[in-house]
Amino acid sequence: MGRKVSIDPVTRIEGHLKIEADIESGVVQEAKSSGMLFRGLELILKGRDPRDAQVITQRICGVCPQPHAAASVFNLDSAFGIADKIPPNGRIVRNLIQGIHDVQDHILHFYHLAALDYVDIAQVASYQGNDPELNSIKEFIGRGELGPFLPRYEGDYRLPADVTHEVVTHYLKALEMRRKGHEAVSMLSGKIPHSRGVIPGGATELPPIDKIAALLWRINELRDFINTVYLPDVVAVAGAYSDYFSIGAGCKNYLSYGLYDLEDGVADVTKKKKLLDQGATSSDLVYRELNPDRIAEHVKHSWFDDATTGRHPSQGETKVSHKEGAYSWLKSPRYDGKVYEVGPLASILVSYARGNPTVTGLVNTYLQKLNAKPDVLFSVLGRHLARALATKITADYLADAVLQLTPGEPVNIDYEMPKEAYGMGLTEASRGALGHWIEIKDRKIANYQCIVPTTWNASPRDDEGRPGPIEQAIEGTKVRDADNPFELVRIVRSYDPCLACAVHIISPKTKNLSKFRIT
Amino acid sequence: MSNEVAEYPVIWLQAACCTGCSISVLNTVSPSIKNVLIDQLVPGKHVSMRVHPNVMAGSGEMVIELMETTAEVDKGKYILVVEGAVPTADNGIYGTLGERDGHPVPMKERIKELGTNALAVVSVGTCAAFGGIPSGNPNPTACKGVKEYFEEEGIATPVVNVPGCPPHPDWFVGVLAHVLVLGLPGAEDVDDVGRPLLFYGNLIHENCPRRAYFDEGKFAKKQGEPECLYYVGCKGPITYSDCPTRRWNNGKNWCIGVGAPCNGCTQPEFPDNVAPFYEKITEDNLPKIGDE
Repeated sequence: MGRKVSIDPVTRIEGHLKIEADIESGVVQEAKSSGMLFRGLELILKGRDPRDAQVITQRICGVCPQPHAAASVFNLDSAFGIADKIPPNGRIVRNLIQGIHDVQDHILHFYHLAALDYVDIAQVASYQGNDPELNSIKEFIGRGELGPFLPRYEGDYRLPADVTHEVVTHYLKALEMRRKGHEAVSMLSGKIPHSRGVIPGGATELPPIDKIAALLWRINELRDFINTVYLPDVVAVAGAYSDYFSIGAGCKNYLSYGLYDLEDGVADVTKKKKLLDQGATSSDLVYRELNPDRIAEHVKHSWFDDATTGRHPSQGETKVSHKEGAYSWLKSPRYDGKVYEVGPLASILVSYARGNPTVTGLVNTYLQKLNAKPDVLFSVLGRHLARALATKITADYLADAVLQLTPGEPVNIDYEMPKEAYGMGLTEASRGALGHWIEIKDRKIANYQCIVPTTWNASPRDDEGRPGPIEQAIEGTKVRDADNPFELVRIVRSYDPCLACAVHIISPKTKNLSKFRIT
Repeated sequence: MSNEVAEYPVIWLQAACCTGCSISVLNTVSPSIKNVLIDQLVPGKHVSMRVHPNVMAGSGEMVIELMETTAEVDKGKYILVVEGAVPTADNGIYGTLGERDGHPVPMKERIKELGTNALAVVSVGTCAAFGGIPSGNPNPTACKGVKEYFEEEGIATPVVNVPGCPPHPDWFVGVLAHVLVLGLPGAEDVDDVGRPLLFYGNLIHENCPRRAYFDEGKFAKKQGEPECLYYVGCKGPITYSDCPTRRWNNGKNWCIGVGAPCNGCTQPEFPDNVAPFYEKITEDNLPKIGDE
């Protein structure tokens, strides 16, 4: 007999997400994901000083503010006609700020957002050793008030007690490491969340040599953690939950805008050399060049007017419609007319398909360890592994980059704001492809549009009826116990969803919303 | 000792927010976030963070049940932390959390229910305190701060405002410590907009390390220059917080430290009346200048 499973709220993600799944004979027949909060930040941006986009768009998401800062200044660079004039120091400081932020964000995701689906923290009750941290957790468990670790889904924790104890200490260590990552971002960018150092034209400040040395060793501390703790833990979890290499594949099309500019003097974001490549690929792992003109947003199953469907984001319009068959506030961005997944897995696969030597070498090393072919990466565990590999590649690059800064050379350039202009800023947030588009009139923001990673991944069905990536990943999944649907939350969390980002897009203009099922 | 530990239940509710306040609180150094969540924050007293959307293990209905049960069973004993503004337009449909009888429950109803029965509410961040970014013109979802919303609804539960976009983790943890050790901050402990004077008692301008440049008339012409940032938009002269002395992220830096002007993020005026962020403050949009 069929059963509908509804998970609301999905916790340990950013934002307010609801997942519904119709299960028959233990298999998900149909899945729907819905966002739950609308703030209308694009409407709030209208009419403001374009430079203020750096401040306001970071507030789209306090988990990934730095990628929004980056996308907004790339967008403004492009609108101001200075994208090819950013001095090398400016480019590198921007990479350092964004890169260190990404590293701590990936650590946060694996340990603090995802790990509690795999690690039974209550097992620390059986700990018999002398570690003061574990003993304090044991005492905490003994007191009996286990919030925020209980209640939870039960029945599928597989790591043996000794491994669990170790991973729990890593959970605590990871809290410290991500905090230290934030401290390094702050050194370059004032404070974080919501930082100040990245501005149109470059960065506010070039760090002096004492700060460069401090940053180098902070980055090295993060690298040690990634190499000796994070990556081994991902492998340990993968060993105990190896079935998740064949769960949650999804659409198997992958899109990346590329991450960390390695080249100066190039305005074209599709051509610029980057650490992780821009482009697209699919399960065939054939590389295809990025063409942002091929992005279009479908709205057939979103609460928007069908007349606005299929448009490029720069031409985006948002008109609410209470039509039959719609079930989401998210639009459905599609690339080249197809469903695409974004995120670290997409970045890694696009770079792999293109033959990026750093990425190819590292991916092959890990595939050998797992004795597996690249297609195991199209999975829940593939996403976790790819995120960890992207973290390592990023951190290794940062350690080099910090020593590439040139004292005495400029870190930003002056510019004049044009009266009228269009801009586009593309980057990768920690959770995938992030695009900002701007139209400036009278030196004010006339229109500001964003397509954020979770809008791609959590999108509803498109005009052709094709489910979005997360929906595809859930549909067809066997659910062992519908009361404890581990499979569903593990799939959803592998995408690292960020709903505050995704649901900011819509622009309601009508009343009578009571019949909406936004939850 | 452990059987005499008093539990202080906390429900952390996210309304119209970006999660930045939660992430900022994770950055608390001493006590660490582990100390706050797991250990006795002060001897004999433990903060029991029953609901925190980004940290908690559970998902779905069990989260809603836990919130509703706490409001009933621990009436008058738990602390409600609100992160984010309260969306009030169109009966609150722009932000909902869980369902009741098959219908989505607006966040404003959750805040009303949980707030009415709480010992106190801590409005963490400028959105919960004053409306913040989502209440920026044209305020599409009629977002409000919790205090204003409670006044309209006639809810008498005390509200402590801990603004900042995001707030410094010390400000939030300091308020927790105040509640645990000294009890709720009283009227004498807060300013006229409900901020603890301990953290928000002075203007940034009063303690700014660049103040000498201001007094001598030496001004930066663009961001990143070492002089006073007044002419590139610094809102320090009208913003109350201890950022210059406390500094951010374990004291590593602060906005002005990286050559960026203060953008007034702890103020009720944030964002509209402290914007444009990179233009000098004017008396037109800031009538309070010089009043203090």
